[in-house]
Amino acid sequence: MRLYLPRDSVTQALGGEKLAAALKAEAERRGVPLTLTRNGSRGLFWLEPLVELETVAGRLGFGPFTESDIPALFDSPSTHPKALGLVSELPFLKRQQRLTFVRAGLTDPLSLTDYAAHGGWAGLAKARTLTGAEICAEVTKSGLRGRGGAGFPTGIKWETVRKAEAGQKYIVCNADEGDSGSYADRLLIEADPFCLIEGMAIAALAVGATRGHVYLRSEYPNAIAMLGQAIAIATQAGHLDGFHLEVRVGAGSYVCGEETALLESLEGKRGVVRAKPPVPALVGLFGRPTVINNVISLATIPHILADGAEAYAAFGLGHSRGTMPIQLSGNIKHGGLFETAFGITLGELVEDIGGGTASGRPLRAVQAGGPLGAYFAPHQFDILYGYEEYAKAGGLIGHGGLVVFDDRVNMARMARFALEFCAHESCGKCTPCRIGSTRGHELLGRIMAGGGSPQDLALLRELCDTMKSASLCALGGFTPYPVMSALTLFPEDFTALPAAAA
Amino acid sequence: MTDNWSPERAKDIISAHLGLEGPLLPILHALQDEFGYLPREALVLAAEALNITRADVHGVASFYPDFRSQPPGRHVLKICRAEACQSMGGEENAEALLSRLGLSWGATSANGALTIEPVYCLGLCATAPNAQRDGQAFARLDAERLEALAREVL
Ligand SMILES: Cc1cc2nc3c(=O)[nH]c(=O)nc-3n(C[C@H](O)[C@H](O)[C@H](O)COP(=O)(O)O)c2cc1C
Ligand code: SF4
Ligand code: FES
Repeated sequence: MRLYLPRDSVTQALGGEKLAAALKAEAERRGVPLTLTRNGSRGLFWLEPLVELETVAGRLGFGPFTESDIPALFDSPSTHPKALGLVSELPFLKRQQRLTFVRAGLTDPLSLTDYAAHGGWAGLAKARTLTGAEICAEVTKSGLRGRGGAGFPTGIKWETVRKAEAGQKYIVCNADEGDSGSYADRLLIEADPFCLIEGMAIAALAVGATRGHVYLRSEYPNAIAMLGQAIAIATQAGHLDGFHLEVRVGAGSYVCGEETALLESLEGKRGVVRAKPPVPALVGLFGRPTVINNVISLATIPHILADGAEAYAAFGLGHSRGTMPIQLSGNIKHGGLFETAFGITLGELVEDIGGGTASGRPLRAVQAGGPLGAYFAPHQFDILYGYEEYAKAGGLIGHGGLVVFDDRVNMARMARFALEFCAHESCGKCTPCRIGSTRGHELLGRIMAGGGSPQDLALLRELCDTMKSASLCALGGFTPYPVMSALTLFPEDFTALPAAAA
Repeated sequence: MTDNWSPERAKDIISAHLGLEGPLLPILHALQDEFGYLPREALVLAAEALNITRADVHGVASFYPDFRSQPPGRHVLKICRAEACQSMGGEENAEALLSRLGLSWGATSANGALTIEPVYCLGLCATAPNAQRDGQAFARLDAERLEALAREVL
């Protein structure tokens, strides 16, 4: 008997380790020889813990699985109350276009054999037949843009680093993933860490770098441990060919996800944002030319090299080429990772694929793109998923998170939280961000307590305008998105709150 | 947490990291892993080893929310306060727990057993609300299960 149970953080947080032990104990009791593979998660999180049983027809799924579901799995899997059928046929999975996450959930994340058997290292092998300039050109041709939020064309960034003259260049992977509602980086690292390593090795070849750092947030201990092991395994097996890769752990600061603050932090300093120019591509880590990319940008590179830029660019919409791992989060029935070509509507994502709210109550708002992203209301659900499309609607796609709220949400509270978060996380370098967010937070507090006047709301709008135009980075610059969208779409919430809710 | 401060141990930890590029954050993490917080003397030793000022080291240590200047309780419960967890009632559950225990965010119980801290997203946002106790994550926490996480170690 062969079973699969993910070693993903979500599975573990739902009692996965106890479940694994109980599965083994039951097999032993029954004298059934059991191979239990700890795979990565498929990203269908509402079904976790998701146990899979290998059969000649394919892998059958059972979930959300509990210990009391174990006996029936051994007695009669076909009539099991948690039986989901073939996992590969589940509509949530079948409707996706998985390019970056092609192996997630299929393989044992730390097995080099599995990785190679599922197409691993093909991109790096291809890259080794090309010049650095050719690799950069291929990445540019794919249309890949940064998946960390800013959407800058990856190939162009690489070409700048490649052309820079320097004795030492760096590849830095931004795995700070601070946005609430986002977990694509974590899932990728825990499900397919060699894919990120391969992408970084290709980047190193492209620009002539010999050292790399992954800046991984401390909130992800499982990912930190797994990536460290994966780097050791890949290095020992000779896949990295002299490219030296290290994991560095963040320390709880959101602004350290901003690329220049991240570089400061790697250098051992306070995570204060640097003024640009110079860009990190020319003056980056320790003043050297540096490629800094998000996990998903880098993990998409192996596919682009292996299958060709055209194949990747064939997916998408307008200037948003390829696929995006969209993360359905919060109060949603089918929460999970949905990788799909750009161009899908918001309504299809949250209502059709996501199944609406988890609570079953009316869906009121969706925050797209993390704590700096705008709120959307159901009347806007025909918006198409893409960088420009969301920007035109006064929002952003950010790192691909979508957080769903039901009708119990108070949007003034969410606006106040956005300002509080900005004040809390501000690096302190510029006044509009540091002082403005604190002022805005106080103002909203006054409005919500019932002591506000119409002038207060006007003042809040003014404050947001100043933050937008005069902040050095997107923390201060984009916090007005959630605030203003909440105020514009849900003005009825910006009056005094009932005392209990404030 | 029993205070197990040892200057010798601290020096060993610091020198083990001196070969790294940009060693300060890894050193601070390792010191805190060992001692549970960053004693003043440890910062002084780090400053000396790296040949930077104490003020610089203090400035870095105080910038990052992870680093503590005081020992925490024997157990640390970090409860997620970010948006996805809020959408599933996490904030109400957390406030209820704090008020039942008579604690505020960041405070330690009188018996020194438990510190409750906020965290802004654990990357488990599809199975909210979530928390992390002593590095182990817990998902789909209703009010009772959250309270149990605290009570088990109190
Ligand atoms: C406040 C702030 C936080 C950010 N956090 C992240 C993050 O956690 N992960 C990330 O990849 N990019 C983050 N970014 C964007 C980075 O500055 C940068 O654009 C990105 O790392 C570049 O990589 P990419 O081109 O592959 O997206 C953040 C930006 C800001 C302003
Ligand atoms: S906007 Fe805020 S976080 Fe960004 S540089 Fe200015 S003070 Fe720092
Ligand atoms: S918002 Fe709580 S885990 Fe992401």
